[in-house]
Amino acid sequence: MFAIGDRVRTKVMNPSGHTRLPAYLRGRPGVVVWDLGPLPFADARAAGDVAASQRAFTVRFANPDVWGTDADPHGSVCADLYASYLEPE
Amino acid sequence: MTHDHDHGEGHGHVHETSAGASNRVKALVADLERAGMMTEAELDAVIETFLVHAQPANGARAIARAWLDDGFRARLLADGNAALAEIGIDLTHWSPVTLRVVANEPARHNVIVCTLCSCYPLALLGPSPTWYKSAAYRSRVVRDPRSVLAEFGTTVDADVEIVVWDSTAEVRYLVLPQRPSGTEGAPEAELAALVTRNGMIGTALV
Repeated sequence: MFAIGDRVRTKVMNPSGHTRLPAYLRGRPGVVVWDLGPLPFADARAAGDVAASQRAFTVRFANPDVWGTDADPHGSVCADLYASYLEPE
Repeated sequence: MTHDHDHGEGHGHVHETSAGASNRVKALVADLERAGMMTEAELDAVIETFLVHAQPANGARAIARAWLDDGFRARLLADGNAALAEIGIDLTHWSPVTLRVVANEPARHNVIVCTLCSCYPLALLGPSPTWYKSAAYRSRVVRDPRSVLAEFGTTVDADVEIVVWDSTAEVRYLVLPQRPSGTEGAPEAELAALVTRNGMIGTALV
């Protein structure tokens, strides 16, 4: 499992069902900044498993890693992502 | 009641009118009534109770308390749900959401959005403004927050980092603005009156 400060990368995925991994954050490197503990796992719940839960983490992505060299380098985007979206970087 | 169109940049998408959404809600409520799961009167009562208590004054009270009490501020940043329970705001009453409070600092400004839909700390801020739910705000504030904030009349200096928090249904965000200078000695109620809704979203300074 991940810990605050870990470098991670989001998976590249395009599931046919519901997901909480926004398209603009797929395949991006980031850093874990908060451990949210287990949360209702929206992807599985939307598919009918209404009791599903999964540990989630807040991950911080530096603007250039999301938007490229045109981005304001002095900023970042943070998103709350389930562990199964993440791989160690 | 939807229409597809293209903005000339190859990103065609669907807009839904409020009339379309309203008709679908009516149909859903009628089906639930027919199935004996609830009545429209029960739904109205729940919504009324919910909205009566969901006001920006709740968020403002928490912010003012955090400005006055360093211990409360630390607890609010570490566990928003527990800190709010201390001052009589029970988030579990609304829905089981995790509240995260993020603090503005001299070198860091925070702003919240929900790019996937329109998740918002309703219990603390009341119903969200229309612009918060607009595709324009949701798509642009993650990509170019400094320009979007400028359009709100909020100038964030180039040397101040902007952090954008992309909320979900499970995790809602509230911005803790910096305490305005010249408010030393002001009582909590006076401080709370200075805290604006947009200040707690991050599209304004306080």
